[in-house]
Amino acid sequence: MPTSRPVVGVLALQGAVSEHMRLLDACGAHPVEIKRSKELAAIDGLILPGGESTTIAKLTGAEAFDAIMDDIKERALAGMPVYGTCMGSIFLAKEIEGSNQGRLGLMDIKVRRNAFGPQRFSSERQVPIPQLRDEPLNAVFIRAPIILYCGPGVNVMASIDEGIVMARQANLLVTSFHPELTDDALVHRYFLSIIAENECNLKSGAVSTRSSVFAPVST
Amino acid sequence: MVTEIKTGTNLVKKALPQMLKGGVIMDVVNAEQAKIAEEAGAVAVMALERVPADIRISGGVARMSDPELIAGIIDAVSIPVMAKARIGHFVEAQILESLGVDCIDESEVLTPADEEYHIDKKEFTIPFVCGARNLGEALRRIGEGAAMIRTKGEAGTGDVVEAVRHARTILGEIRKLTVMAPEERMTYAKEIGAPFELVNQVADEGKLPVVNFAAGGIATPADAALMMQLGVDGVFVGSGIFKSGDPAKRALAIVKATTFHNDPEILAQVSRNLGEPMVGRTAKSLTPQEALALRGW
Repeated sequence: MPTSRPVVGVLALQGAVSEHMRLLDACGAHPVEIKRSKELAAIDGLILPGGESTTIAKLTGAEAFDAIMDDIKERALAGMPVYGTCMGSIFLAKEIEGSNQGRLGLMDIKVRRNAFGPQRFSSERQVPIPQLRDEPLNAVFIRAPIILYCGPGVNVMASIDEGIVMARQANLLVTSFHPELTDDALVHRYFLSIIAENECNLKSGAVSTRSSVFAPVST
Repeated sequence: MVTEIKTGTNLVKKALPQMLKGGVIMDVVNAEQAKIAEEAGAVAVMALERVPADIRISGGVARMSDPELIAGIIDAVSIPVMAKARIGHFVEAQILESLGVDCIDESEVLTPADEEYHIDKKEFTIPFVCGARNLGEALRRIGEGAAMIRTKGEAGTGDVVEAVRHARTILGEIRKLTVMAPEERMTYAKEIGAPFELVNQVADEGKLPVVNFAAGGIATPADAALMMQLGVDGVFVGSGIFKSGDPAKRALAIVKATTFHNDPEILAQVSRNLGEPMVGRTAKSLTPQEALALRGW
């Protein structure tokens, strides 16, 4: 971990923002809300929270007040770690099944929106994330997407019967569930380790952080 | 490995409204309006046969909407769909759940079916939102299992004054509770008619244990931003959008105003040239029989 607290932005246009802020704070990071492009300069990593992807697409697309979408993309391509939960994973995906809605499109995955059906099929269940720890995580799925396909550079980190629910591609991390709704900070600590890794690479003058090197995390 | 899939838990029910925070939920009466709302950035739609302004005009008994209409709206959009059941009408709620709506509004906008008891919301897999005018009412509904609270305001008026009153009351009572001595809490719980455990929880956490939206009379982007600045988590807009001159434009403007509620320059920009707002009627001009907020207890 870096010696100073990493500054982690949470895109605060709509959705479960305070839940991520709370957990980031509990992990010792410094969380900040991001609404405008100019606020991106201060952050070491960014979380795209759960919410409605069509709403976020509207607020970041042609109707946006600044170039926030392009600027997030630019930072992410330069190596800034980005973690998308639920809606965030849709936003990061290169391909969204049956949809041409706006997105960052940075991650080589294909997602199906609302893969479980209406809210009565939303659930919590124990999901093993063997790369992170032996004990499974109580994962909360709310009208959640499923990852249908991962490209060759993508590390599949968790799956359930319905499909892939957690994956990492270099500095990009996605979960179709919501770790921010519980007190289990496993995934947030892991994301902070990706940020720390990125900071190390920047300090050592590495040109790119887009490697698929896996960093284990202790909890 | 076989893992248990737990649906309808408290955590899962409370989570849906959490994902709607910072957003606008819009009343729609058909699939076409639902698409306009989704296109404008609504986080969810409320499917109903008549918006509150029309319920006021037509009078009579207002009931759950035709399942055919609700199913058509569910098919038309990808965002969550909510629908209203009458206060205490648990069979309407059962029907709505079976249709696949994502959240039920046990709503004073419809004619109450039970003047004594609200629905036992814990029995359901999907979350409920309920209206409240004060903290006691909010905590009674949460005690019954509501996963989301909204101010009642005065639906179908286009007059924001009651929504402001109810939001200020609830948020003010929460503030008061946080500075109360522990021994004062039981008496306060008794005074406001709220479950003691929930009173304690609010006192310790300084907020409701569920998401709290504003509703009832929001008609302009400035109204939505006002409610957000007062401290609610999001807004419902009922008659305010589709009873206005240019619904698509106004809907988008209200979505933007809700997100950027602290930025007066953006608010000024989105409030320009929206066309005619809904005509409206002052909440003060309503007779007690016409005041929907007085329904429920």
